[in-house]
Amino acid sequence: MSATRAAVPPRHKRDDPGGRPVDPRRGSTLLRHLAVVLAVGLLLVAVSYSVEPFRNFQLATVAAYLCATAGLTVLTGLNGQLSLGHGALMATGAYTVALCQTAFADRGMTGGWLLPLSLGAAIISTVAVGAVVGVAAARLRGPYLAGVTLAVAVVVPALAVTFDGVFNGEQGLSVPVEPPPLSLGPYFPYERWQLWVTGAATLLALLLLANLIRSRYGRTFRAVRDDEVAARLAGIHVARTQVLAFVVSAATAGLGGALLAVLAQSVSPGAFSLTLSLFLLMAVVIGGLGRLTGALWGAVLLVALPDLTHSVTEMLTLSPAVAQRLEGNLPLAIFGLTLIVVMIAAPGGVQGLLSRLGRALLARRSTRRS
Amino acid sequence: MDRFVFLTVDGLSRGAVYAAFALALVLIWRAARVVNFAQGAMAVAAAYVAYTVSTATGSYWLGFVVAIVAGLALGALVDRVVMRHVDHASPLNPVIVALGLVLLIQAVLGMVYGSEFRPAEAPFSRSALTVGGVAVLSPYDLFVFATIGVVVSGLAWMFARTPVGLRMRAAAFAPEVSRLLGVNVGGMLTLGWALASGVGALAAMLVLPTELGLHPHAMDLVFVSAFTAAVVGGLDSPPGAVVGGLVVGLLLSYVSGYAGSDLTPLAVLVLLLAVLLVRPGGLFAPVAARRV
Repeated sequence: MSATRAAVPPRHKRDDPGGRPVDPRRGSTLLRHLAVVLAVGLLLVAVSYSVEPFRNFQLATVAAYLCATAGLTVLTGLNGQLSLGHGALMATGAYTVALCQTAFADRGMTGGWLLPLSLGAAIISTVAVGAVVGVAAARLRGPYLAGVTLAVAVVVPALAVTFDGVFNGEQGLSVPVEPPPLSLGPYFPYERWQLWVTGAATLLALLLLANLIRSRYGRTFRAVRDDEVAARLAGIHVARTQVLAFVVSAATAGLGGALLAVLAQSVSPGAFSLTLSLFLLMAVVIGGLGRLTGALWGAVLLVALPDLTHSVTEMLTLSPAVAQRLEGNLPLAIFGLTLIVVMIAAPGGVQGLLSRLGRALLARRSTRRS
Repeated sequence: MDRFVFLTVDGLSRGAVYAAFALALVLIWRAARVVNFAQGAMAVAAAYVAYTVSTATGSYWLGFVVAIVAGLALGALVDRVVMRHVDHASPLNPVIVALGLVLLIQAVLGMVYGSEFRPAEAPFSRSALTVGGVAVLSPYDLFVFATIGVVVSGLAWMFARTPVGLRMRAAAFAPEVSRLLGVNVGGMLTLGWALASGVGALAAMLVLPTELGLHPHAMDLVFVSAFTAAVVGGLDSPPGAVVGGLVVGLLLSYVSGYAGSDLTPLAVLVLLLAVLLVRPGGLFAPVAARRV
């Protein structure tokens, strides 16, 4: 053992990224995050010009899911609250955007500011719903909370069918979206415009989340997750913190749902079933619960896996009926199986493994120094 | 008045099934401190096995027996292969694994059987008999009551009067001490999972003919209702699960009868929230229940 320790080369500088107290020498957190967001934004614009429209659309879908998974990461990973109802919150945002956009279109209103307005309305309505669920959630623990949010996930799509005068039942609503502004040129691809819109909204949301995580609130989130009693003794208002975490993650879920609706230009209860809620949780857990990068991997997985299984089933020569069955269900099966294996082999998810590795390295170094 | 009587009987019949399903949840919760969110999916899997056997042999009863056996086997399998290896330090872990099982089981069922609704056969007529001009019970309702009654009293007898029941209770309450006294704690846990899953499969067989039929997602809403029933009674209390099941069944029956069946999921959610917010430990929890 000591021989392997000696074999590790000495390091000069701390290279452990994130998750730990910020080194004051690294400058303002906000500025650093802003720089990252700007860089990613420019990269996205560059990518949007270099890939085909379908890939643009897929990237836009990843961005929309990323909103939701990032919010869920904050809630489950950083605050320790399990929510199976985030699909329902996404539905809330999606239906709000559909109703707003339809109302604008019916009144013949046009303009670039309408979509941001609808997205804002979607966030506000999800915040309201999230606050209601969050107040209940703050009083519940573990399996009880999971049960309530599961009920929310089952009930909300059913509501859309019940009040079909407003929500048009199983059929759902269409989301009228304006074409890209003419200033971009007459032949600007629609998918690229979609990526720009969803990418911008998601980056903004991520910027706010990343700063929140690093702020005092982020620390109270983690404190409540790790030990409620200790957090209370340290003067943290536990219930308020939990409601705040729920509201924040609800807002991002609502934005994600709204973006998905804008991308698909339609909403229906079938798109926001219990399975979507489970999918979000799976994505977050498999990606890694501790950090926003985990949410990114989860979102990529959500989009890539069905696509991948589609190409696999196409390669195998199957009868159309069998292929159709496989295509819908294979990603689900893979997700479920991966989730079980990840939870058993590495309960903290991929991110947990990585940070454990990092901790081991750190400990090794500090023992050598002392 | 006729309508009220009919709805009451219908609600009790539905509630009996929820009670059985809630009882299965309570069994696992008491044995392993896990709420088995995969129970609905596991029960549907058993029901599909029964469907295969029934259509192959033409015998409902053979399928019925096979469903229960498949339920028992599936429960034991899930415990041995999956749940035993999960880190129970955080209560979230088993829940997340159970949800993974839900996805896996539903996907496999969808791949094998497709996702169209298949008819679920009822062994007795579901049209109500009339007593004095009032439609009351159907023969199927009687069958449901009788079956659930036998199962509940059988379980109660087993836990209270048999050595195996005593060992199971001991293993759940004080695993370390029981192990020192020679109880096979792991085996008792597996038995608990098997029993619970068997009861769940039975409940699915009873409830599916009254729903739309067999479908990989057929038990999603039933699971939510049964979870609510278990919470109403308190997850620790088997009699509470039975009473909770009947309460939820009656509520759903009245809501769907007087206000429209579309509102039943909402009614379940409201009941669940109300119980959890007012008495988080359930109506039957001892006074020493944990305060949050």
